[in-house]
Amino acid sequence: MATLLIAEHNGQELAPATLSALTAAQQLGSDITILVAGNDAQAAADHAAQCEGVSRVLLAQGDSLAHDLAENLSELIVSHASGFSHIMAPSSSVSKDTMPRVAALLDVGQLSDIIEVVNDSQFKRPIYAGNAIATVTSSDATKIITVRAAAFDKAAASGGSATVESIDAPADAGVSSWVSDELTKSERPELTAAERIVSGGRGVGSSENFALLEALADKLGAAVGASRAAVDSGFVPNDMQVGQTGKIVAPDLYMAFGISGAIQHLAGMKDSKVIVAVNKDEEAPIFQVADYGLVGDLFDVLPELTEKL
Amino acid sequence: MKILVGVKRVIDYNVKVRVKADNSDVDLSNTKMAINPFCEIAVEEAIRLKEAGIASEVIAVSVGTSACQEQLRTALALGADRAILVESDAAVEPLNVAKAFAKVMEQEQADLVILGKQSIDSDNNQVGQMLAALTKRPQGTFASKVDVEGQSVAVTREIDGGLRTVKLALPAIVTTDLRLNEPRFAKLPDIMKAKRKPLDTTSFADLGVKAKQHIQLDKVEAPAARQGGVKVASVDELIQKLKDEAKVI
Ligand SMILES: Cc1cc2nc3c(=O)[nH]c(=O)nc-3n(C[C@H](O)[C@H](O)[C@H](O)COP(=O)(O)OP(=O)(O)OC[C@H]3O[C@@H](n4cnc5c(N)ncnc54)[C@H](O)[C@@H]3O)c2cc1C
Ligand SMILES: Nc1ncnc2c1ncn2[C@@H]1O[C@H](COP(=O)(O)O)[C@@H](O)[C@H]1O
Repeated sequence: MATLLIAEHNGQELAPATLSALTAAQQLGSDITILVAGNDAQAAADHAAQCEGVSRVLLAQGDSLAHDLAENLSELIVSHASGFSHIMAPSSSVSKDTMPRVAALLDVGQLSDIIEVVNDSQFKRPIYAGNAIATVTSSDATKIITVRAAAFDKAAASGGSATVESIDAPADAGVSSWVSDELTKSERPELTAAERIVSGGRGVGSSENFALLEALADKLGAAVGASRAAVDSGFVPNDMQVGQTGKIVAPDLYMAFGISGAIQHLAGMKDSKVIVAVNKDEEAPIFQVADYGLVGDLFDVLPELTEKL
Repeated sequence: MKILVGVKRVIDYNVKVRVKADNSDVDLSNTKMAINPFCEIAVEEAIRLKEAGIASEVIAVSVGTSACQEQLRTALALGADRAILVESDAAVEPLNVAKAFAKVMEQEQADLVILGKQSIDSDNNQVGQMLAALTKRPQGTFASKVDVEGQSVAVTREIDGGLRTVKLALPAIVTTDLRLNEPRFAKLPDIMKAKRKPLDTTSFADLGVKAKQHIQLDKVEAPAARQGGVKVASVDELIQKLKDEAKVI
């Protein structure tokens, strides 16, 4: 049993989701190699080397890896795949883009978004927006897996002393190129890593009104999330969408304001430890999963809550 | 330019599934079925490219049982020119679906394939990327904007931190995200006309694809249910509960 874990990182350090995926890897066995790819990622590789239970770190740096182009990143992973029984990555927009490409190049299937390791070939994963949990067995020699970070505790980012080995970046595949990024800038915690989340839906009404949620979030040190309806209406950017087809979160506290609680939204937050819902419709389905429900107008509740905290 | 679009038959997104009593799978008997919502967005995008004079033909492709003809007819009513059903009894794994698409793409000499980013039943998010790998072509996944410019396509992608635009040489594979467009509804006269549009049936054997099982479904269970909570009457009560009972603030 040997696992290659593909790191999610920002060049400086591993993303918290990588540490959750490391826990999943540790449940499979102790032979763990982390692959760090990017154009300037030495610091992230050094961070990976300090993580508990990591035996080796491979660092690939080069222009072809600068913008996570799946065409290049998948070639890199495939060229180092031999000898590994499992190739894993935390679920993210990069791994969702890249890992199925790796699987197809190796002619194997992929297990997306596992939430439990049963044994080295059997895993659990949610299907139908989390309304059912499937237990599946892979018969492939190399198992390609993405890990739902919210389902695993984070491994310790210290205590390890692996060596960092540099490997070559792949040649550019020559069929795709990066043009531009339009990234959301925020001082608040990142959604998938936040311990508290304040989320708004269609009921919030406008982009300006989201300031009410932001004020509460700042009081709580929380991240701000949203329903699809709030994103589609242009209140907030796409990367704030929580749900089946957005981000999956499981913070200690999730507060939903003006969100009805469609199954697609619940799929992304119902594993939160404590859920609070504020909605003026007492029949709203969100109340069925909320630990504390408050029937009321969010425009009254939010300012009062922010002031009293 | 020829465009292939993926059309998967899935449970209607409004329906909440139930797990079968013997835990063998979910119970889909008598449930409303529909086109996977992300595939509807794919069909819409292809039709818009045809209306803009960029695409010459739009071909809808589904892999599955003969029941998928229903969803292919809907795609034809929405404006696809013809349809291909790759008939298969068993639930088809993403890699096998991708292999079938790769063959159809080659046979049809398609320049662009637009698929959904994710099936809302299996929640896999794999087929488009696998198809791109098998055909050694570039991919633009989770697209919120698609601009065909001569021999390439610019795709704006929804990523974890915001948006990213990439440029892909054609032929290319694009998978749709929710914000790409708002699909139209089929009009009655178009539904009538769709009955006369060509719908060809083929199979894995005809395409020369050996479908192989990689992943076996052992068991399906209902998720752990959340305990029902309480309603609080005021902001003060809420704060008190969060502090003293839940201890999260
Ligand atoms: C393929 C697909 C994928 C999807 N993926 C996702 C996903 O990932 N995430 C997601 O969130 N959705 C997703 N959806 C959409 C989902 O089905 C719902 O449409 C969406 O979650 C609804 O958002 P909402 O609750 O904000 O809006 P609504 O359902 O319109 O609810 C608004 C709520 O606000 C309340 N309200 C209004 N005004 C006030 C006020 N002043 N004070 C208090 N309460 C108020 C109303 O009572 C209502 O309950 C998806 C749908 C499809 C088809
Ligand atoms: N059986 C199928 N028939 C047609 N298209 C499919 C099928 N399975 C998957 N696809 C396409 O691939 C996309 C992603 O599916 P998946 O990888 O299963 O989440 C879907 O939105 C469809 O466009």
